[in-house]
Amino acid sequence: MLEIKNLIAKVEDKQILNGINLEVKPGEVHAIMGPNGSGKSTLASVLAGKDNYEVVDGKILFDGENISEMSPEDRARKGLFLAFQYPIEIPGVSNANFLKTALNEVRKSKGLEPLDSKDFLILMKEKMKLVEMDKAMTQRSVNEGFSGGEKKRNEIFQMAMLEPKLCVLDETDSGLDIDALRIVANGVNGLRNKERSFLVITHYQRLLDYIVPDFVHVLYNGRIVKSGGKELALELEEKGYDWIKEEVTV
Amino acid sequence: MQSVAINIEGKEKFVNDFETFSELYLRNNSLNALRKSSISRFYELGFPTTKNEEWKYTNVSPITKNNFRFLTPSDKFSLTKSDIKPFLICGKDATVLVFENGRFNESLSVINNLPANVLIASLASSLENDIVKQHLGKYASIKTESFIALNSAFIYDGAFIHIPANAILEQPIHFLYVSDARVESTVSYPRNLIVAEKNSQVNIAESYHTISSVNHHFTNSVTEVVVKENAKVEFDKFQNETAEAFHINHTEAYQEKNSTFDISTVTLGGGLVRNNLHIVLDGENCTSHLHGLYLVNGTQLVDNHTLVDHAKPNCYSNELYKGIIDDKGQGVFNGKIFVRKDAQKTNAYQSNKNILLSDDASMNAKPQLEIFADDVKCSHGATTGQLDEDALFYLRSRGIGEENAKALLNIAFSNDVLNHISIETMRDKIANLVFEKLKK
Repeated sequence: MLEIKNLIAKVEDKQILNGINLEVKPGEVHAIMGPNGSGKSTLASVLAGKDNYEVVDGKILFDGENISEMSPEDRARKGLFLAFQYPIEIPGVSNANFLKTALNEVRKSKGLEPLDSKDFLILMKEKMKLVEMDKAMTQRSVNEGFSGGEKKRNEIFQMAMLEPKLCVLDETDSGLDIDALRIVANGVNGLRNKERSFLVITHYQRLLDYIVPDFVHVLYNGRIVKSGGKELALELEEKGYDWIKEEVTV
Repeated sequence: MQSVAINIEGKEKFVNDFETFSELYLRNNSLNALRKSSISRFYELGFPTTKNEEWKYTNVSPITKNNFRFLTPSDKFSLTKSDIKPFLICGKDATVLVFENGRFNESLSVINNLPANVLIASLASSLENDIVKQHLGKYASIKTESFIALNSAFIYDGAFIHIPANAILEQPIHFLYVSDARVESTVSYPRNLIVAEKNSQVNIAESYHTISSVNHHFTNSVTEVVVKENAKVEFDKFQNETAEAFHINHTEAYQEKNSTFDISTVTLGGGLVRNNLHIVLDGENCTSHLHGLYLVNGTQLVDNHTLVDHAKPNCYSNELYKGIIDDKGQGVFNGKIFVRKDAQKTNAYQSNKNILLSDDASMNAKPQLEIFADDVKCSHGATTGQLDEDALFYLRSRGIGEENAKALLNIAFSNDVLNHISIETMRDKIANLVFEKLKK
């Protein structure tokens, strides 16, 4: 599904990722943890293809194809989805219109007919249940005036609508109270299946109580310095990140 | 001093047109005094240069360098129904007054059932009407504006609308101005007069189009709107001429107490477009909304000058002008709010927002407040920036292609203005044209 090989990337002349290697197979959930400034969010942005994030060396293979030079829209159409840490507010564009445009562009790239309004509404209704969205939220401008929890739910709602192969969740737990966290995590769990993979980027173990990963990786100074099972997350929660830093320095 | 020489030469050409015109058509006409004083005034003022503060960013010398043919009332019409079909933007129930090179083309016009005593006519057929005599030229002053003087010298045709007291028009009236420059470059001087009596209501649309591929056209238009006590007038302007067109547009609105005047000005086409909008709130409790949208690309120049004159207390005005400028396009916004000494409790707001899409695009914005009363609420602001990169990335990360994502953001930006056009068909048609232009 996803194979990252010796990925080196910089942001505005500052090298942040210093050789990342990671393989995610279909249906797997991988957690990326790490202290602040370790490069977690940079990795998410590089995967999604954000401008100003330059891949200096290495490869990002998605379904066997190197996507490191691909436009963000082409990556999305291939089935990569980034749930933003800070979802963007877009005044004047309704959530429903935005999603319909996105969904139909993705469908077009696959040679499928666009969904008409009726089928789109049926699909939307079905997916809204997953994250307990109400109708009013779909009619409002994208994320405008949404609470922190609503914004994150909207990210998962979009994910549900677009049905990607690989979901990258960038600090989806940040700014959420426990109820909102539960709704969001239930939404994500509802989307798990044998084919769909997840890369869950988080600073805290808390989210992983709800979205239980198959693998946990620790990112530090732009490298994956330790990998393990879900118990590694608990160890990090208990001991903090300092012992990792020490291990790396030694 | 070469430019001065060219100006004089350009000026002479228009004066010659006037002499031919007046000799042939204007004998024994009550408006001759106004025409004569206007042409003299125009000759004294000349065309404005960029040394004039009000014309600093808008160089009109290309207008003076062209030879435009002025079509006299005896020239034959050439437009057909199919020529004007794409411009019928107000729906099938609208009354449409078609003007071909500034002259009323009756056979293409459609005047629908109207309430009693509503008068919708060409100005040419109404020159001896008492209401016309009473109001025409009373609001658009020839003293300082040479383009108003030039238009007033050529006063002959345009739309004349008189809505009697208490009449409410459900269906819009559309002034459709089509310039036909297929054979040669042409000039027209549309002159409109709208008088809405006490308690009346009307929606008026005005649109400008050219049929031509290479020839130039110069439209020099003046509209006077009188909104009497408790009357409500909505006036929606749409300018979509070709890149070869020059368009100078003056709108003078005069409001009496408790009246409402809402105006939207959308500019998509035209090579050089200058809109002067002047509203006088001359009674208590008046309301005015001013909305503007300009999409500028290629080498277009679009200049909006507005003046809201709060002359009496307790009035409200709110102005929002938005622009998207691409390529080597140039935008100009100059908005002045004038609050006179007696106009206490004035609420006046103004905002101008622009997006530049290219490095060569430019925008000059100048918001101005002149307040002589001490108990008022006024604000103004102007911003010019780029398209929001984060929003663009967000849309693209969901699979929306770059061009569509940009168009989506720009349409959202434009809708703030378009949503104020209450003639639904017109709003939808313009929204489509906005989308087409943004996608180019």
